Amino acid sequence: MSFEYASAPESRAIVSIKAKYGHFIGGSFVPGSKHFPTINPANEEVLSRIALAGKADVDAAVKAARKAYTLTWSKMSGKERGKYLFRIARILQERAREFAVLETLDNGKPIRESRDVDIPLAAAHFFYHAGWADKLEFAGVGTSVKPHGVAGQIIPWNFPLLMLAWKVAPALAAGNTVVLKPAESTSLTALLFAEVCQQAELPAGVVNIVTGDGTTGSLIVNHPGIDKIAFTGSTEVGKSIARAVAPTKKSLTLELGGKAANIVFEDAAIDEAIEGIVNGIFFNQGHVCCAGSRLILQESIADEVLDKLKKRMTQIRVGDPMDKNTDLGAINSKEQLLKIRELTAVGDAEGGERWSAPCDLPTKGYWFAPTIFTGVTQAHRIAREEIFGPVLSVLTFRTPQEAIDKANNTPFGLSAGVWSEKGSRILWAGQQLRAGVIWANTFNKFDPTSPFGGYKESGWGREGGRHGLSAYLKGVGHE
Amino acid sequence: MSFYGLVDGSDASLKKYLSALPGVDKVGLDARAAMLATRSIKTSSKRWAIDTAISMVDLTTLEGADTPRKVQALCSKAVRPDPMDLTVPSVAAICVYNDMVKIARTHLDSIGGEKVGVAAVSTAFPSGRASLAVKLQDTADALNAGASEIDMVIDRGAFLAGDYIAVFNEIVTIRDLCGSRAHLKVIFETGELVTYDNVRKASFLAMAAGADFIKTSTGKVVPAATPSVVLLMLEAVRDFYTMTQVKIGVKPAGGIRNTKDAIKQLVLVNETAGEQWLKPSLFRIGASALLNDLLMQRMKMDNGYYSSPPYVTID
Repeated sequence: MSFEYASAPESRAIVSIKAKYGHFIGGSFVPGSKHFPTINPANEEVLSRIALAGKADVDAAVKAARKAYTLTWSKMSGKERGKYLFRIARILQERAREFAVLETLDNGKPIRESRDVDIPLAAAHFFYHAGWADKLEFAGVGTSVKPHGVAGQIIPWNFPLLMLAWKVAPALAAGNTVVLKPAESTSLTALLFAEVCQQAELPAGVVNIVTGDGTTGSLIVNHPGIDKIAFTGSTEVGKSIARAVAPTKKSLTLELGGKAANIVFEDAAIDEAIEGIVNGIFFNQGHVCCAGSRLILQESIADEVLDKLKKRMTQIRVGDPMDKNTDLGAINSKEQLLKIRELTAVGDAEGGERWSAPCDLPTKGYWFAPTIFTGVTQAHRIAREEIFGPVLSVLTFRTPQEAIDKANNTPFGLSAGVWSEKGSRILWAGQQLRAGVIWANTFNKFDPTSPFGGYKESGWGREGGRHGLSAYLKGVGHE
Repeated sequence: MSFYGLVDGSDASLKKYLSALPGVDKVGLDARAAMLATRSIKTSSKRWAIDTAISMVDLTTLEGADTPRKVQALCSKAVRPDPMDLTVPSVAAICVYNDMVKIARTHLDSIGGEKVGVAAVSTAFPSGRASLAVKLQDTADALNAGASEIDMVIDRGAFLAGDYIAVFNEIVTIRDLCGSRAHLKVIFETGELVTYDNVRKASFLAMAAGADFIKTSTGKVVPAATPSVVLLMLEAVRDFYTMTQVKIGVKPAGGIRNTKDAIKQLVLVNETAGEQWLKPSLFRIGASALLNDLLMQRMKMDNGYYSSPPYVTID
């Protein structure tokens, strides 16, 4: 007999999902009019029906946010606001398992990830920004600062609760109120977060959550009652938001796509680099804007690294996201799966050499085996376009400068990785790479204190740290 | 000797071989070990893992106070870990000092434990601080007494002084002495080598010199068989197999006291060197207290409730 891991599923008994949800406006849940289904991408089970917010809903949410801003939140001392943030952070920790299970059901990511990464980090963002709430004059914006007012926030489906935390925590700490729209396919944890706001007795209207699709997002972006827009999502939508906001007085931050280079030099710690490559592209099914989707390998070690990488990929456990031993879960939506299939077909057609780890994919739900393409060059579409799935393009280089040139030869610039045991080389590469986040001998590490954001088409502004906070503040006299 | 064609026995070739090894990133290695420790092993796989772990135990007593009867008692336990349940497998071997080898071998053979090996710690265990002549005599005594496995310690002083060829030659000499009579396990005492780079070097050095097994520790120094160190040594045997098509065994020893830790070790094996290493000929666990915890967990799986120390035998 062999060492097969028996199924070890996390229980879903801890969550209770309603058959239908409305919006969270002015501190209470209000019914929606039209609804659409939200499904578990691992088995296509309909989990619930989510309300599609129209103009009246968005108007009501903005009105509630404005009222809360004017009458309560902007008048409250930073110290008092901080108490609410601390309270939210603690409740997120207390209810961590509930959030983790719900996130995994709705998103398809492995429970190990939602349990060990998403939810703890979301709580950490609230703790971190709670500490800032009464120290805003030290955020680097000016000695006298004020919030923008009402922030409209649109977040993606890859890290639903975590992206909510990245947006809501700094906005609230700075004294803004928010109207937030979660992604169409992953609204459930945002709606559970609304319950947390109630539990924390957050003043009504400080956080408003409206659910819906791109049309709802567009209503938020174009709403005249909103002072600041924060968006995380695709570059294409980001550009259209930038166009819409350009003629207005709204402030804007964008966190968009990426095609990060993960550069492995021949003097790297190879086994740990392999782990970093795997974590870089297969973490969260590759649904990560900063994913290390371009492996740029020094030619002298390319064969050895690829052999080891393939062996390691056969160890990736693909399947039921609720199983505690699963490493790679479901693709979030049918639409995304089709996009991954389309781009990988282009990879085949352009002569890339596809290799996928042998694994049994479930028959129901949306799945894609961990895959690498070798023989990829700068002239391949899969080396340029964001696939946003568990697909790695492998390129090679001969000299350090060539690695940097290839890494920077992209319209994106969100993140990059450098693997070398030589400190001087890492520092040199860090200076040359044009990306907002550069990881040395690690990848996909996040912390609330560290600013995150992109160069070029990867976005405007930063989230996290003092830099991220400053996007929600303006210096008095600089309006 | 050919040393798998990796080195020619000269200082220069050994240095070249060792300097070609990639470095180890501590943060990354520890992170991987920590991730693998989250594997959830339940029900049928837990039951399989417990029996497999029992069959891999090198049941050890290495005390100044060891007596013939103490060693005989341990032998009885090695053959029938649970006298009330004969479905429990025997352990792999007894591990003792060389003066106890004959007593152990004789007793094992007299109680039906012919298949249980006798491992002798050797080469001035645990410090390794003696002349080569003493180390050879120490090993020869154990072999003549019937040891089927020799657990030698490396000269950590020489290793840390950079005198790798001395460490290498000593292993080669002991290897020659063992010949086909005994398997050779080479103990690094990773707690004294300290850095992961050193552990990787020691692993590749010992394998090229002819070790059948590489072993973490003597059990006399802390830290001993940490998950990170075992992971690193499993990577080494995996890579050595790719280079030479020869499978070298791994033996963590020291600090593995309960079932949970033992199962974590098996997970490390499974997801690093691979399933082919999950057998006593390629993976051993040097331990004493561990066996009783494995037995209690096994009873729990059978009976549905936790047993207590009176229901397992003391050594």
